[in-house]
Amino acid sequence: MSTPMVDVRGVHKSYGPLEVLRGVDLTVRPGEVTVIIGPSGSGKSTLLRSINHLEKIDCGYVAIDGELVGYRRSGDRLYELRERDILRRRTQIGFVFQNFHLFPHLTVRENVTEAPISAQGRPRDEAEALAAELLEQVGLSDKAGAYPRQLSGGQQQRVAIARALALRPKVVLFDEPTSALDPELVGEVLEVMKALARSGTTMIVVTHEIGLAREVADTVVFMDAGQVIEHGPPRQVLDQPRHDRTRAFLSKVL
Amino acid sequence: MAVNALVTNPAWDWPVVGAYLFHPSVLHAVLFTVELTALGIVLGFLLGTVLALMRLSRVPLLASAAWGYVWLFRSVPLILQLLFWYNLAALYKQISFGVPFGPAFFSVDSMDLIGPVTAAALGLALHQAAYAAEIVRGGFLSVDPGQLEAAAALGIPRARQIFRIQLPQAMRSIVPAAGNEIIGLVKGTSVVYIMALPELFYQVQVIYNRNGRVIAMLLVAAIWYLVLTTVLSVVQHHVERRFGRGLARTLPPTPLERARRILTVRRAARRQGPAWDGGGRR
Ligand SMILES: Nc1ncnc2c1ncn2[C@@H]1O[C@H](COP(=O)(O)OP(=O)(O)OP(=O)(O)O)[C@@H](O)[C@H]1O
Ligand SMILES: [Mg+2]
Repeated sequence: MSTPMVDVRGVHKSYGPLEVLRGVDLTVRPGEVTVIIGPSGSGKSTLLRSINHLEKIDCGYVAIDGELVGYRRSGDRLYELRERDILRRRTQIGFVFQNFHLFPHLTVRENVTEAPISAQGRPRDEAEALAAELLEQVGLSDKAGAYPRQLSGGQQQRVAIARALALRPKVVLFDEPTSALDPELVGEVLEVMKALARSGTTMIVVTHEIGLAREVADTVVFMDAGQVIEHGPPRQVLDQPRHDRTRAFLSKVL
Repeated sequence: MAVNALVTNPAWDWPVVGAYLFHPSVLHAVLFTVELTALGIVLGFLLGTVLALMRLSRVPLLASAAWGYVWLFRSVPLILQLLFWYNLAALYKQISFGVPFGPAFFSVDSMDLIGPVTAAALGLALHQAAYAAEIVRGGFLSVDPGQLEAAAALGIPRARQIFRIQLPQAMRSIVPAAGNEIIGLVKGTSVVYIMALPELFYQVQVIYNRNGRVIAMLLVAAIWYLVLTTVLSVVQHHVERRFGRGLARTLPPTPLERARRILTVRRAARRQGPAWDGGGRR
């Protein structure tokens, strides 16, 4: 068996007295799509943010392709990396936010080329060629010169996906990528994500779109109260859930 | 009627105003005022930006040093500070370079090092920096934290996060406040008259003390202050447009464009006859 692309082990995270993650394990193999579902406040966002070290974890570790994120190991102790090294390792992880967080003062093209140029040191023409390719992939070739505010929500989120892909990341994390969209715009973003999943991109997606989970997920993970309650292929978790809590949650969203 | 009184009442002395408006000594004073303002603003905002970044940094020592600076320089009146720097220069007439309490290697006249002009520019800049720091800091705080998060998630280096992602967006709120400060300083430079520096306000006083035409000379100064602030307001408008790029769906028109648009609409309305409410917007 190959090394997992994403390996999350025994992750704990508290905000003050509130324990948000209580020992989470998660393994994602290269090319796999994992969909995380669960009720509000169960810690899904916190888990995603811990994976690329936007949140510091209290205990446990996260490794991408065998390399720790945010820490280095010395003996059996972990030390936090310097900010510069953390930033470098983050370029291996794409992140798509619920509210897009595009840079409003930069054009679509500049949004996509910014990180490859400044974080990875790619030459501008190479970065621009890549951006053109990615914008075509998300169906926005004609919008390269536009500013984010001139686009619809669905278009903005597709740009955000192109921006995340421009780093050529080993894994792309999506935190409720369609939740901020009007219902008629959800479809276009889901289409892009499905195509991405089929092309063999390793993805972890937090979503309430059960349809997406059914269609492209290799694994569905149900989280509640900071723990993984159950995980398995979509047919099993979505159609024959073993736990009452999963059943109760699904009866509400389906 | 009021306008009529303004133009015809001989007390206003319009011929004298005309005679002195472009008088060389007045022009020099205007230039000096512009210089002092520019020095005060440029140095003030440079130092202010450094102070703001210090306060926003995660290093407690830097943050508290910057806080202390702002506290001190916002507390002491500008006029007091100016007199302080000026007299400090006068107090230590000689500044010696050498081993403390030992032989002096060489010494310079402190009036050369801190002459009245330097003292004035320094005072204005140090004072301005405290306000600029707060304006710049406020600008950074006005940027959606999600922007920084997105930049961090993309692995963009820290300095680049600040200058490429945050600062341009912070400028949206910095520019109007900075515009206020600059215009305030144009007029604020008049306080350096207490150091007998030939800026605009001091210069017109010198002239009316000689010729007794107080109202006329004050009008000369007022006209120049109006001209300077008008120019600055136009510049500010264009700078705001520059940093508004991408932040509104369409850029607001420049005053010239707006005037042209209103004219076209009027003409079209006249041609079409009935009223048509096509104002500034689409
Ligand atoms: N910065 C923070 N400080 C304190 N508490 C926080 C913070 N961030 C999140 N929390 C708390 O942690 C818990 C988990 O939050 P999280 O955002 O991970 O949930 P979620 O599963 O993503 O929920 P949702 O579906 O609503 O997005 C919540 O109870 C939330 O209030
Ligand atoms: Mg969430």
